[in-house]
Amino acid sequence: MVSEVLDIAHGIYRKLEAPGTMSSGLKVEVRHLNAFYGKKQAIYDVDLPIKPNQVTAMIGPSGCGKSTLIRCINRMHELVPDARVEGQVLLDGEDIYGKSLDPTQVRRRIGMVFQKPNPFPNMSIADNVVAGLKLTGVKNKGRLEEVARSTLQRVNLWDEVKDDLKRSGASLSGGQQQRLCIARALAIEPEVVLMDEPCSALDPTATAKIELLISELKSLFTVVIVTHNMQQASRVADYTAFMYLGKLIEFDETTTIFENPKEELTERYITGKFG
Amino acid sequence: MKSRRFYMDKIWIALTFAAVIIAIIPLASILFYVSVNGIPALNWDFFTMLPPPPVAGYVGGLGNAIQGTLILVALASCIGLPVGLLSGVYISEYGRNFYGRTVRFLGDVLIGNPSIVIGIFGFYLIVIPLQHFSVLAGAVALGVIEIPIVSVTTAEALKLVPNSLREASVSLGTRNWRTSLLVVSEAKRGVATGALLATMRVMGETAPLILTVGLSNFWYSGTSAPVGSLTAFIYYYATSGWTPWVNLAWGAAFILLVIIIGINIVVRILTRGRGTNG
Repeated sequence: MVSEVLDIAHGIYRKLEAPGTMSSGLKVEVRHLNAFYGKKQAIYDVDLPIKPNQVTAMIGPSGCGKSTLIRCINRMHELVPDARVEGQVLLDGEDIYGKSLDPTQVRRRIGMVFQKPNPFPNMSIADNVVAGLKLTGVKNKGRLEEVARSTLQRVNLWDEVKDDLKRSGASLSGGQQQRLCIARALAIEPEVVLMDEPCSALDPTATAKIELLISELKSLFTVVIVTHNMQQASRVADYTAFMYLGKLIEFDETTTIFENPKEELTERYITGKFG
Repeated sequence: MKSRRFYMDKIWIALTFAAVIIAIIPLASILFYVSVNGIPALNWDFFTMLPPPPVAGYVGGLGNAIQGTLILVALASCIGLPVGLLSGVYISEYGRNFYGRTVRFLGDVLIGNPSIVIGIFGFYLIVIPLQHFSVLAGAVALGVIEIPIVSVTTAEALKLVPNSLREASVSLGTRNWRTSLLVVSEAKRGVATGALLATMRVMGETAPLILTVGLSNFWYSGTSAPVGSLTAFIYYYATSGWTPWVNLAWGAAFILLVIIIGINIVVRILTRGRGTNG
């Protein structure tokens, strides 16, 4: 009973805060976000604006909370036992933690690519691409084949695998697997693609291919990428957020962050003085 | 001059080797004895005829016992496999809380529970109220034995599926039950192995059947009547002293042994490629 009243009050509070966000021109807006693992706080009051059709990078030393933050944007954080989130994440002005949105709907609109390539090992390459469609109930074979082909072309993997579509996804090289995972995330046509250190398990050639792909993708999607590689952020991102100890220290256009940072902490980090 | 450690090492290896021999001798003699006595008892009549009366000159077989055992195991699996599988999914996928841990603990306790206890449970819960032995009571008792085995082996098989696959599935906007189905399909070899082992275990049960199904010299006649089973016939015939019956008991023992070995071979084949393909 008490919790219901609190929920309603919370909803009203959120509605009061919401006006104006629709016209903000932001695809995603993180507002006053705090994230916890049990009693341990991992994210402290983060505000982050993410513009549509741009690449936003999050950089910072290990354990700074950048992966936790990105996982709060598609409600993956709460899958960890005892994990919880406070604050708002607005997607087109609508709070993804609000009552009206179901987490599965949120995740269909905000896709994710993980640090380690994780194709489904018992599925073929083609089935991996359309796994999201199949798992959400699409059965039309012709449509599935068409989506598999066009999505593999989009991630520049089609020419490499077109003769082996029936082979296991696990038989590909690491870089190919990661592009397969990107294809799997794109096949459900999300609006935002989150990438959690997508190249950290890959060699430089595979990394270059993924970076090229990211810059191609931004015409169709909004991309958020977590990386521990500052050169990567400067190569692919339009905007960069620097995080340290769970706090957002500085956010700006990538060129500003790397050439003319306002915070001393940011400057020390990008010049390699710590981290 | 060899050191003391050299000899200690030799003695240690000799001890372990001796233990292996001691373990193998009874197993090998069982196989040998059951084969020697069981194979001659097998003929066409054994599989097709009903048990003979204890009168000289009658021939007969244990066709109804083979039929009964198959029906009992099939019905028990109708209870044990779905309930065990689903509770295994719960324990592994959603049971990271007090309730899940309790269920898991009870599963372990039930696996170690002597089957005769479950027989008594079936006897008082079903046989006494219905006033007669029945296939139903036996299937329930065997099903109850199967549940925790399937449940615990399923949970263990699912826990081997890397979490990254669950995350991949969830991140695609998949509902929980779909993700669970995907995890089960990734672990299907392990799950199938557990199901087979559970089936094998109940196929060899005797005590719960004697307390719930009783015995019948006739063919299967519905779930509310008793039925013959291989293990119950072994129990009654082996101690009867009537030579044709004793021979039939040996034959039944041999058939059970062959089925169990067969299931074990299937399990071996299923688990051989493990790690590369779930």
